[in-house]
Amino acid sequence: MSAPANDHPLDLESPRFSIEKPAARYDKQGERPDAERLVAAQRAFGRDFGRAAAAYMESCIHCGNCAEACHFYLTTGDPKYTPIWKLEPFKQAYKREAGPFAWVYRALGLKRAVTVEQLEAWQELVYDSCTMCGRCTQICPMGIDIAGLVGLARHAMFEAGLVPHELWAVAERAEREGSPLGATPKVLSERLEWLADDYEVEIPVDQPEAEVLATFSSIEIMKYPESLVATAKVLNRSGYTWTVSTRGYEATNFGMLSGNVAWQRSMSLKLIEAAIACKAKILVLPECGHAYSALRWQGANMLGRPLPFRVLHISEFLAESLRSGRLKVRPLAMAAAFHDPCQISRRGGATSAPREVLAALGVELRETKDAGARNFCCGGGGGVVTIHRADPLRHKAFEIKMAQLDATGAELALTSCANCRQTFDDGRAHFGWRREMGSLLELVAGQLAD
Amino acid sequence: MELLEFARGPGLAIALALFAIGTVWRLAGIFRRPVKPDYSEPRSTALAAGALRAIVTRMWHPRNFRSRTLVGTLNAYGYHVGLAIVFFGFAPHIAFVERLTGLAWPAAPAWLFAVAVALTFIGLFYALMVRLTSPVLRLLSNFDDWASWAITIAPMVTGMAVIMLPIEQGYPASPASPVPVAIHLLSFELLIAWLPFSKLAHAFLVFVSRGYTGAAFARKGADL
Repeated sequence: MSAPANDHPLDLESPRFSIEKPAARYDKQGERPDAERLVAAQRAFGRDFGRAAAAYMESCIHCGNCAEACHFYLTTGDPKYTPIWKLEPFKQAYKREAGPFAWVYRALGLKRAVTVEQLEAWQELVYDSCTMCGRCTQICPMGIDIAGLVGLARHAMFEAGLVPHELWAVAERAEREGSPLGATPKVLSERLEWLADDYEVEIPVDQPEAEVLATFSSIEIMKYPESLVATAKVLNRSGYTWTVSTRGYEATNFGMLSGNVAWQRSMSLKLIEAAIACKAKILVLPECGHAYSALRWQGANMLGRPLPFRVLHISEFLAESLRSGRLKVRPLAMAAAFHDPCQISRRGGATSAPREVLAALGVELRETKDAGARNFCCGGGGGVVTIHRADPLRHKAFEIKMAQLDATGAELALTSCANCRQTFDDGRAHFGWRREMGSLLELVAGQLAD
Repeated sequence: MELLEFARGPGLAIALALFAIGTVWRLAGIFRRPVKPDYSEPRSTALAAGALRAIVTRMWHPRNFRSRTLVGTLNAYGYHVGLAIVFFGFAPHIAFVERLTGLAWPAAPAWLFAVAVALTFIGLFYALMVRLTSPVLRLLSNFDDWASWAITIAPMVTGMAVIMLPIEQGYPASPASPVPVAIHLLSFELLIAWLPFSKLAHAFLVFVSRGYTGAAFARKGADL
């Protein structure tokens, strides 16, 4: 059952921003009979099942290789974290209801119908222990995109009202207020005004026309406001006309992470409509991994037609601007390790952009043992960082990151995702780790040259 | 009707029909599903090349995972290649195919056939041992896994019973020991009839699933 929205106060003091740890969990939303929940889940599942998903569901050979790629399995050794196992009830539902031999399974009773109890039991596997990082996709000998299937499974879970308490609460807040962490248009305006004064930087807001629309992550707005300043400095120096729009600025998309397609669409459309309104040629996404997936690769599909502007992650914008000479930087004689945000690199294809930026800065890049598309997730993606009960598991997975980054011996650790950064902040506080995860954007903004 | 007569006639026809119908049905079950248009701006439009690349490159595991998957991959190659040599390289099997299709090719040398038989048995039993002892595989395994293993090794076992008999070159109309030959042929027919309905369908599904992911990742310009 769901609690009223105002029963979920935000926690903006901890290293990781989410709602406060709930005294009582509400992991089952709404008051509905279980039969209705199942019908809703089934409907969502059937709607999602396109050709590729069906091919994947048919193809698993139960080799178990995917476990060897998953940070949650590798650090716990618990077989239930085997990525394809996280989809077991959905495979069961597919085979019984939609697969080519569904009628045989039903007629002979070879597959039992999925129950709400099963889905409830799987909530932890679909949400808490999967960041949808897609490393399992890289190892699967059949090429099954398990991470993509988990995203589809979440649609069914949301429709059934079976989303972890915290993730549901932040998603609902994002839909209601325009931001999961309270970065409402009013809060944004006040922050931008304060930052413009304090840092003496021009931040145009709600300009009627601009070549570039800048967007932010609520984590940046509330936790890393220097990233907003860095964005302004970079865009001011780039020579483009640009603006922030209070109509569409929040790039995080908790509709997508929680599994609510309608919310995902409305969150994406705010950005798209803001960009169209100011006739932007480029929409620059902030240092946020899943924002890239949501808008760069799914935004046009939410609109139902190609976007009339380009969508660039800030690291791509930096690389492009440095390449074209719009931006110039002073060299930095340091060694850095780079943590690739999964949704930008492995799942997004923008692996080379941050490396191009670091090369332009003259930084010596020391790659981790697994880097680029094979990088290990920080453990906090996919909304996992918001879920308090997942903390022990997430911290276990984080041990891989600490070991790999320490092994590089680099002075700097950098990334281009605010959600990764806050996961690192939280891991750092938990383990008393010495290393601080920095922002690539902020590094560039601090090295801008005339 | 003698057992061998049944195996060579109606049994084989039924198995081949089940194989064909099952394969078509299973693929149709996938391809009848809708495809949503993707309006995102592609980083590459060479989707077919991406699909092909994934089909080829995924034949070997990525370097980063090698230490954890090398033994399993080598073993899988061992019994897959072994099975192929046993089926396509043994003179009586070639004669069997020639009788059906008119196609023939030279047989593998005896030593290679012997190595292939050994590789296949060792590989299949190693795979079974891992499936029985690995907590991950025990959790994932279902009836299909166990049945598919048994149905795959059955023609090998029944083939060994035939090969123990005096070797007869070609495909004699009246073998000296018809019952073991019939049982061997029936076990093979069970394998091809079972294949499209089971996990053994990965023999053709591998191209579909790898292809879709390869194309999707090529569109994004992402490494796979």
